[in-house]
Amino acid sequence: MDAFLLQILNGLDKGSAYALIALGLTLIFGTLGVVNFAHGALFMIGAFCAVTLSKLLNLSFIVEDPTQKDFLGNPLKVKTPYIESWFGPEVGSVIIDWSVPLAILFAIPIMVAIGFIMERGLIKHFYKRPHADQILVTFGLAIVLQEIVKYFYGANPIPTPAPEALSGVANIGAVIGLDIVYPVWRIVYFCFAALIIGSVFAFLQFTTFGMVVRAGMADRETVGLLGINIDRRFTIMFGIAAAVAGLAGVMYTPINSPNYHMGMDFLVLSFVVVVVGGMGSLPGAVLAGFLLGILESFASMNEVKNWLPGIDQIIIYIVAIIILLTRPRGLMGRKGVMED
Amino acid sequence: MSKTDVTRRGVLKTGAVAGAGVALPTIFTASSAAAYTNEPTGGTVTLGFNVPQTGPYAEEGLDELRAQELAVEHLNGMGDGGCLNTFSSKALKGNGILGKKVQFVTGDTQTKSDAARASAKSMIEKDGAIMINGGSSSGVAIAVQGLCQDAGVIFMAGLTHSNDTTGKDKKANGFRHFFNGYMSGAALAPVLKNAYGSDRRAYHLTADYTWGWTQQESIAAATEAVGWETVNNVLTPLAATDFSSYIAPVLNSGADVLVLNHYGGNMVNSLTNAIQFGLRDKMVNGKQFEIVVPLYSELMAAGAGSNVQGVIGSMNWNWQLQDEGSKAFVKSFGEKYGRPPSNSAQTCYAQTLLYADACERAGTFNPCGVAEALEGFEFDGLGNGPTLYRADDHQCFKDVLVMKGKDNPTNEYDTLEIVEVTPRAQVEYAPDHPMFAGGDLGKCNPGA
Repeated sequence: MDAFLLQILNGLDKGSAYALIALGLTLIFGTLGVVNFAHGALFMIGAFCAVTLSKLLNLSFIVEDPTQKDFLGNPLKVKTPYIESWFGPEVGSVIIDWSVPLAILFAIPIMVAIGFIMERGLIKHFYKRPHADQILVTFGLAIVLQEIVKYFYGANPIPTPAPEALSGVANIGAVIGLDIVYPVWRIVYFCFAALIIGSVFAFLQFTTFGMVVRAGMADRETVGLLGINIDRRFTIMFGIAAAVAGLAGVMYTPINSPNYHMGMDFLVLSFVVVVVGGMGSLPGAVLAGFLLGILESFASMNEVKNWLPGIDQIIIYIVAIIILLTRPRGLMGRKGVMED
Repeated sequence: MSKTDVTRRGVLKTGAVAGAGVALPTIFTASSAAAYTNEPTGGTVTLGFNVPQTGPYAEEGLDELRAQELAVEHLNGMGDGGCLNTFSSKALKGNGILGKKVQFVTGDTQTKSDAARASAKSMIEKDGAIMINGGSSSGVAIAVQGLCQDAGVIFMAGLTHSNDTTGKDKKANGFRHFFNGYMSGAALAPVLKNAYGSDRRAYHLTADYTWGWTQQESIAAATEAVGWETVNNVLTPLAATDFSSYIAPVLNSGADVLVLNHYGGNMVNSLTNAIQFGLRDKMVNGKQFEIVVPLYSELMAAGAGSNVQGVIGSMNWNWQLQDEGSKAFVKSFGEKYGRPPSNSAQTCYAQTLLYADACERAGTFNPCGVAEALEGFEFDGLGNGPTLYRADDHQCFKDVLVMKGKDNPTNEYDTLEIVEVTPRAQVEYAPDHPMFAGGDLGKCNPGA
């Protein structure tokens, strides 16, 4: 029972990342009709926003300590972060410790700006081109972006830990009399994902801007005929989608040390999530994200792997094939979309 | 007065026959010397350095390349000479190899077998590389070793830790300086027993490819020999990034040790995930839960950050060693690049010098002559103490390091500390050991 609940939690947690990335992908596809293969790269850039802020907060002055030696026998260069000298060691170290949550504020304007630049600078030229062209250009862009990040940060993973107060485990099974411990930061990640997903839905559902965007998604031409500049709103939605992917990346950094390739690791899975959920369907993307996360977790259980060796590596693709064969529009896709 | 019958025609005939007779052995020698791939003809000899320059191990590949460049500098008499000053063999004089200036070309393995073979093939066929060195993966090493065997060039492997490289996939043209899974197990097991006791239950997570399988087999056998029980071994996909669903079952498995047979990004992620799940703070069976990472690298330890603290593993070599060879190499490397070398860099540096030295001692670049010079070669002064290149399987035997993640690192390179230098005798095994069975060196191939 404990193991079963633990895998559900794991699935929800994995699904959070899938859902956030798939949500952004669907926003872009639903509004602009663009299949954005650079979306994983936006997730990665978000993670590196957290790395960058952490490095900025750790900018240090160097003092040589003659009592200690480096590997060549020279006096050791001891680094002290400026922030600790400005605010004192205690406050300074707390600020550094909380660099990942602080990176949320740092990442939002950067990701929105990157989204605008991508959309205006490159992707808008491919609106009327076939999906194959869009995939090629955005995939190429993703490779360029990850090589740029690699140039500046190297290929090695960079540890970016969670704040001390949000590290460790919580016994969340205690309330129901079970012994289920789960990492605190993963619980935070799930709650954060739920908050972001809820905010995006609320924005689209309860604001005039969101209403216009939804109308544009349903019938772009008619909305345009009403004198509304729908292109400008869609550009803003691209920026929002980039920010959602970026924030997913920021909060993911304590879970796995970020590296320049992490976007590609999520890209294919996220597309499968979008296809399973239904191309253009926001609730479908979220639902499929969580469902496939849970399915993947259960497929990794020893009991399942012993019965079907290797199933954990292919389960998501098997589901995608079944969905495409039996319900091409996906779980919650609109009738007619991707069915012809 | 005697009459001599010397005629002009006779002198010419005799001269021609005598000349041909004198020249005959030279012709045959020249003909036999030409009968190997990429025989150097001018004043230079070209080495091929095949390392990951892109992909997840690019940082490790870059470090290997630094060391290989340094080795070429030292071979050509530049810099401070590095390990040429400490190497027990004095065949290398700093004037290139066999009087030819050493130059090199590089290839990008991408840590993919097909890409690595393609780049090695290109360096051999287009650039005339006479030896291939480097790499950060056993899959790649085995693939490139096979290619070099067929092409008739020597392969001096870089970082490859699978038993298979000098086991079932060994080749006459391939040589490994790096240690292997068996040696990790033999070095680690006694230290683990001393540190954690003999009544332990181990749960293995294993990368699902040749290196993972052989390492898991080696570690399980070695730890079981000191009394540990292997509770489970779960194969994890090489492409996995989040290991939480593989680690969650460990919590209720009854195991009190988690062995992570992962390397590179897999190791960084699985270790990070294991720490997140509080495994190291957990008490099981009345004992503190422990994590073991059998194969460490400095770069990956840096990637895992504070998660490696207190975690025991093994290494081929480390810059903190205090033998003369290690000190000379660390000094050369550190002064040139401003950082200590990794153990993958050290193995590539040592392999390049070993190849050059073998050519000098053999007096030829012919791969068969070089292989013969390397087989059974005993040397010292390149790090890890006295070392043997065993003729039976082309595996180096030397001391192995048991490492532990440092609790209070003073800088970014100070992540691991040496717990024990396991003597060579403890990690040796018979050439026909079952874990290395099934292969055949075959015959040396000199190529075209």
